[in-house]
Amino acid sequence: MEDDTTDERADDAERELEQNVGQRFGRLPETAAERTVEGRASREEVLEFFADRFAIPPATFDDDTFWEKGAGKIWLYSGEASTPVEIEAIGMTCLRTRQEHWKPTTDFVQRFGHHASECVIDLDREQARRFAAGEDQELAWDGDWGYLIAAHTVAGEREPLGVGLYVHGELRSMVPKGRQRDL
Amino acid sequence: MEPLERYRPIIDDFEAFLAACERPLGNAVRVNTIKTSVERATTALEEDGVAYDQADWNPRVLRLETNSPGSTWTSFHGFTHGQEEVSAVPPVVLDPRPGDRVWDCCAAPGGKATQLAALMDDRGTVVANDSNLGRISALRFNAERLGATSLAVTNDDARNYSLQRFPFDEFDRALVDAPCSCEGTIRKNPDALDNWSPDHINSVAGIQKGILRRALQATCEGGTVVYSTCTFAPEENEAVVQHALETEDCRVVDFDLGLEYAPGLAEWDGETFDAALERAARIYPHHNDTGGFFVAKLEVTA
Repeated sequence: MEDDTTDERADDAERELEQNVGQRFGRLPETAAERTVEGRASREEVLEFFADRFAIPPATFDDDTFWEKGAGKIWLYSGEASTPVEIEAIGMTCLRTRQEHWKPTTDFVQRFGHHASECVIDLDREQARRFAAGEDQELAWDGDWGYLIAAHTVAGEREPLGVGLYVHGELRSMVPKGRQRDL
Repeated sequence: MEPLERYRPIIDDFEAFLAACERPLGNAVRVNTIKTSVERATTALEEDGVAYDQADWNPRVLRLETNSPGSTWTSFHGFTHGQEEVSAVPPVVLDPRPGDRVWDCCAAPGGKATQLAALMDDRGTVVANDSNLGRISALRFNAERLGATSLAVTNDDARNYSLQRFPFDEFDRALVDAPCSCEGTIRKNPDALDNWSPDHINSVAGIQKGILRRALQATCEGGTVVYSTCTFAPEENEAVVQHALETEDCRVVDFDLGLEYAPGLAEWDGETFDAALERAARIYPHHNDTGGFFVAKLEVTA
């Protein structure tokens, strides 16, 4: 966390920064100090978020790069590309930033959620079925509120289903319509 | 089935071929090893009570005994992807390695592009291109569902494709799974032959030649290009590869495939093809109870 004076200096610096361009991908700077695009999250902040919230080790992403396209949509990519790049897609969307509570995507959680050990809520098969269908459900959870990784057991191992929003005793499925299934 | 009559002279056991074309195709899926192992995917199917039969030639290809292969836990988790059995052949023939730079010229809806990424352990770069913007969304959806992080999606005409946006200027391998007259999909799409005409075949063959030539140009010396279609028409298969042999520095090479198939043709309709075209594979529906397919493997020689 930055103190107030640094924040002010950062604000001054932001005025010198480029605006984010919605139709192209820009690679995230390593740290906030290296930022050249206003409001853009840094790689360091993204890794910190995954580590702080879900205890996903930062080394998980050693071979990957992070990119922004649109306002706050972060993509994870392991191939080669120069920045900025105008292209339909690189890798997968992994995180929504530029909002108070950053939100991981269902596809990211299904791909990398097995590295998580915190803020993972384990569901039984019937609860998992409702979650996959996009239904909200009342569930007990004594951890943090907010975005959780919902998981169930498949072939003897924990398998992430997607992202749920836990508030007021209820787990809301964030599985996008196109990914929902009646199982 | 009338358009297929012209293949009577070149297909062994033509009646069995026609009979197979009349039979609907079963449901096949490919195990997505980016997200899980074959063993875990099959255990998950067993837990769900979905019976399956593993393909002899490729343990990652499963024939499912269900009418709704998309409504399984393995599908929800992206452990499996609905993909016709023969459609899994070209990436295996291309045989990409982790770290390679690979171009899938006509990639939508992405079954083969994600299979390439899986064969590379999702390490390297798979450029999945398609000229049809409407099909790009399906390609993106499948790439993300299957967790392919090494895949970049572009929307350009493959015939004059530019690598300018990438920090490299040639590919190690390219897959040209060309748009075609789709005769071989007749078991999946009973109306596949409705718009069949010699004019359509000739016009699509021109596009195929342009794409294959560009793929050979964009691939490094010693690199591999696989050309495939889901049609039987020699004008779209051997004749396209023949054109590439005459215009680009390349040769047709052998490959191993644990499926039954017929060799590529030596001649068709008065045109004679290079003897090396016998190294190509014509997979007919009655051979392995699949759809129809053509595959040729080329090496760039300069």
